[in-house]
Amino acid sequence: MKVVGKPLAKVDAAAKVTGRAIYADDMLPARTLHCRILRSPHPHARIVSIDTSAARRIPGVVAVITGSDLPVKFGILPVTQDERALEHEKVRYVGDPIAAVAATEEEIAAAACDAIAVEYEVLEPVMSIEAALAIPKDERIQDYGGPNNIHKFVSLEFGDVDGGFARADNVREDVFFFQGNTHLPMEQHSAVATYIDGRVTLWSSTQVVHYVHRALAKVLELPMNRIRVIGAAHGGGFGGKTDPFAHEIIVAKLAMLTGRPVKCTLTREEVFYAHRGRHPVLMWIKTGVTADGRISAMHFRSALDGGAYGSYGVASTFYTGALQTVTYDIPAYRFEGCRVFTNKPPCGPKRGHGTPQPRFALELHLEKLAHDLGLDPVELKRRNFVKPNTRTVNWLRVTSCGLEECTDRVIKASAFHQRKRFFGRGMGFAISSYLSGAGTAIYWNDMPHSEVQIKVDRGGVTAFCGAMDIGQGSDSVLATIVAEELGLQPADIRLVTADTDTTPIDLGSYSSRVTFMAGNAALEAARKMRALLVEAVAAKTGAEASAIDVSEARVGDCSFEEASVLAEARFGTLTTAGSYTPPKIAGPYKGSGVGPSPAYSYSACVVDLDADARTGLIHVNKIWIAHDVGRAINPLLVEGQVEGSVYMGLGEALMEEQVFRKGLHKWPSMLEYKSPTFLDMPEVETFIVETNDPEGPYGAKEAGQGPLLPVPPALCSAVYDALGVWIDEIPVSPEKVTEALRRKEKGEPPRYGPPRFPSIPYPEAIKVQPPPKDFDAAAATI
Amino acid sequence: MKNEITRDVERVVLALDVNGEARQLLVAVHKTLLEVLREDLQLTGTKHGCELGECGTCTVLIDGRPELSCLSLPIQLQGRAITTVEGMASGSELHPLQTAFAELGAAQCGYCTPGILLSARALLEENARPSRDEIREALAGNLCRCTGYTKILQAIELAAERMR
Amino acid sequence: MAEEHGARAMFVAGGTDLFPKLKRRQFEVETLIGLDFLPRVIRNGSTECAIDAGVTLATAAHDSHLQAGFTGYAQAAGLVSSPPLRNAGTIGGNLCVDTRCNYYDMTYEWRKAAGFCIKKDGDICLVAPSSPRCWAVSSSDTAPMAIALDGVVGLAGPEGDRELPVSALYRDDGIEYMAKRPAEVLTGLRLRKSANTRSAYVKLRRRGSIDFPIAGAAVAMELDGESVIGCRIVLSAVASYPLEAAAAEKFLKGKRLDQETIREAAELAAKPAKPLDNADLSHFWRKRMVRVVVEQAIQRVSDQRAGFGG
Repeated sequence: MKVVGKPLAKVDAAAKVTGRAIYADDMLPARTLHCRILRSPHPHARIVSIDTSAARRIPGVVAVITGSDLPVKFGILPVTQDERALEHEKVRYVGDPIAAVAATEEEIAAAACDAIAVEYEVLEPVMSIEAALAIPKDERIQDYGGPNNIHKFVSLEFGDVDGGFARADNVREDVFFFQGNTHLPMEQHSAVATYIDGRVTLWSSTQVVHYVHRALAKVLELPMNRIRVIGAAHGGGFGGKTDPFAHEIIVAKLAMLTGRPVKCTLTREEVFYAHRGRHPVLMWIKTGVTADGRISAMHFRSALDGGAYGSYGVASTFYTGALQTVTYDIPAYRFEGCRVFTNKPPCGPKRGHGTPQPRFALELHLEKLAHDLGLDPVELKRRNFVKPNTRTVNWLRVTSCGLEECTDRVIKASAFHQRKRFFGRGMGFAISSYLSGAGTAIYWNDMPHSEVQIKVDRGGVTAFCGAMDIGQGSDSVLATIVAEELGLQPADIRLVTADTDTTPIDLGSYSSRVTFMAGNAALEAARKMRALLVEAVAAKTGAEASAIDVSEARVGDCSFEEASVLAEARFGTLTTAGSYTPPKIAGPYKGSGVGPSPAYSYSACVVDLDADARTGLIHVNKIWIAHDVGRAINPLLVEGQVEGSVYMGLGEALMEEQVFRKGLHKWPSMLEYKSPTFLDMPEVETFIVETNDPEGPYGAKEAGQGPLLPVPPALCSAVYDALGVWIDEIPVSPEKVTEALRRKEKGEPPRYGPPRFPSIPYPEAIKVQPPPKDFDAAAATI
Repeated sequence: MKNEITRDVERVVLALDVNGEARQLLVAVHKTLLEVLREDLQLTGTKHGCELGECGTCTVLIDGRPELSCLSLPIQLQGRAITTVEGMASGSELHPLQTAFAELGAAQCGYCTPGILLSARALLEENARPSRDEIREALAGNLCRCTGYTKILQAIELAAERMR
Repeated sequence: MAEEHGARAMFVAGGTDLFPKLKRRQFEVETLIGLDFLPRVIRNGSTECAIDAGVTLATAAHDSHLQAGFTGYAQAAGLVSSPPLRNAGTIGGNLCVDTRCNYYDMTYEWRKAAGFCIKKDGDICLVAPSSPRCWAVSSSDTAPMAIALDGVVGLAGPEGDRELPVSALYRDDGIEYMAKRPAEVLTGLRLRKSANTRSAYVKLRRRGSIDFPIAGAAVAMELDGESVIGCRIVLSAVASYPLEAAAAEKFLKGKRLDQETIREAAELAAKPAKPLDNADLSHFWRKRMVRVVVEQAIQRVSDQRAGFGG
């Protein structure tokens, strides 16, 4: 390998460090109008009337639109098309968009929004999971789902759960709560649209140009070929820019109406309302273990506070129950999930999508089980680790798995078992796993999930791919793969990405899919191109094709440029294409589409901290994390993803929370929503573990999300280690710690967390037979 | 309570020293330095994350010291040296901090990067050999959501070493 | 000039408090009067230090004389917000910093949705709706320390110049929180101490930077060997004004600084603190933390005496 595995600078590094990268808000085409959006001041209300006449009279106002201009509903999932770009019938959270103004100055647009008179019939807001489960005082938030404000139920059972519990020597139940939090990208969402010759062009800060493209076509009622969506340089997503958003549709509509470019950049407050962040999830977990510490059965219940709209919520609900089995060998498993609507900004996918919450519950629950049994928690977990190349009880296919090695690395480096035990100092351990891309698409289709085209022309190589570099370095990974195959350097590869006019389909930067899926597509396209170059050189020089080496910008005895001329002469225009479609490995049951992935990454983490019993304040001293990435295509980028994940996980564990008071987001500002500063971040020691996945490009798997997951439970385990109290909900704020200590002193259970799990009318579980033993081996021989 | 935006906005002629260039321009008197840099001077390298002084993204140097452009009025900055990320490189040669940030992967999405580079530059000009804790202190007003700060600290240390 | 424009004019020095509030429409003004023309000098003496109001917080924090002789003040200045804000924000500005409340320090749109509060555009206090007054919190880090160090501010106004002890500069009201007249400009601060005065400031906040105090303790003590001759303890962020802990001060006078005494003094100091549910973290917890920050601040003063550094 010449470039794969090397810690090279990102291909866009120079643009990023010089301020040359153009983000959506940096664009200001001539005659641009500025758009501001009027949003609901009520969490739940019917709209009686909207009067925009005063706003229209303000000099500088060019257009004002309301919901009747954009009545078509959209939504990221086909089953929940429940959003409107502007709502004219009913508002469902403080911040729900109602009207939009395009004006010559942003301040004029803001003043015009203020001049729009809206008459509301205020309805009782529903602000908690408990309230959503109850009969609504006024009316339901959405008119689908139910009963009450329940959005979605999932109820699945794999194997003989009752038998498994009967067989257990120890059974334990626990309740946990994971507070909601938000992505807080440094860049506020922004979009610019033009309308020229009957065609809409939109530049946006999005993670998925393809989904925005589809939503625009639907709501604007234009054919897709009249719409072009281009991903501008991206200032951070973490899942928060994966839905199509109202402002993207609004600027396109306003450009169509005014014939001028229209730009909308959300204020920081509006970014909190756009949200789609981590669901608050209440969880109940019951596990049976045999005397030798092996899990015999598990029952997991989740209740997700979804906010006002569907977003990715159906998938999120399934995810709270899907991946428990890919780290631990659970022979019988029942999962009951439920998502409710509340009058809050909609929740959706944030780094780890639906899985950090159950991971938090599962890891802490197993810690407690180990304490019950008098076992070392690391040992208990180890006894139940899944093995590589197995099928889980819920039919998930595990291939490469570096759990053992990850665990060894962090346990050894942190001297976990040799730690000095004294009150106030503690260490905690946790593991996790995540997808390398979802195995099924969001909307049903048989197309590949990613396609890459390569063009070689006058010695230059251009790769075209729809994937969006959101800072994680996906452009660099594509360039590295193409360069490796063609014997070049990543900097030699020109890239055209995230542009629906010029690049083939890619489902975008979410679910940790780009390296695996676009990477495999790039690999296929590059290998085809390499074959053409080799064949042309072989024909010219008479050398055996298999003997021709492609490296160091040479193809056999020819320079790359000479080879490309020979190949173009022989084959005509040099283009190749590659695509990637995940294997069809989902199990034979309804709902099996969420969870399968062509490969799972694995992580293990140890947190070392000081906890002050008097104040409850926690000081994290160091974090060790090992991540099985399969193969690091660029170790620098892998480390960056791991360190960034640890940071975000630590923020969620200690201080980040999206909370509400009297129907309003309590603090939609960067001052009060606490994101850790340089002074709050400990040293992080990262270990990259390579298991060489059989299906990943060069063996690679994901790195961008999985390493977040073990941080919150490892932190809570460390708090227990330090103070002897369990904090069963995050964030672990100091007041929770002191309260738990107070309870301990009074002889009450030494814990802070939800007292109980509500009664939820889950439907009868669908019973699913586990896969036969050696299922994949059997399939492979067919 | 209506926003009285429709009345005439007072405009002023400003003479600003931006990246060593004397710039004269006519702008609304209440515009912040952030807005003037980005909209009137097309220096869009200066980013913004909150426009309320809470994130550090829009940091620029005023007479060599990091300040927030979202909380500065240009009219108060006449005669003072304003440095933005566009003023860091000399010609086509990058500043050692820029090179180190690129080499070590200290910029992921890159959005906080200009502000952090400028804060780091001010630090290194005052202290050629900062400890890791001194770097943390100096950069504590600049939030980054991507990197977890580790690579940024390493890059500043590498640049400091090369600049000595 | 300020008098001419009345309530529609405000002074601006560093702008770090003012500009966010203008953007959120907490302040609505037509005219800003820049104070850049005022001098920015620190004049050091052995028992007195005069600091012009326009001196930035960063300059004050890094001033070696202040660090050595008025340690707590330099610490407080260095703990305000974040480095870029301290480069712009001034010591005068931090003495005048507006009281804070998380029902008030929000955008216009948010406040409109929540219902406007008594401090701006509304008629009730959203934290304590049955109370006739505003309970916004004094959030200056340097004001308590300036009071503890017997500070005096200079005020210049249309009716002439005057001096006011910092302790008389504030009022127990979230809205009319300063005794300074609107047209008066704070021109400087004089801190005073005896040769044996030691001081320290301890600030509690969620993060290591950026955040305002959610509790703070400023302690200045005149010591004669082991025993306390005189002492000032002033709390930040637990009332609408910097709250002086008179009972604790009285208790400490003449006492030797041992663990038990420090603990008892901190207990006494914490008593009058009355945090409400309008800042970060729960007010119950903040109330409990007051004695901790006071104890730490006294301990630091005690350590300085023993030559442990400040």
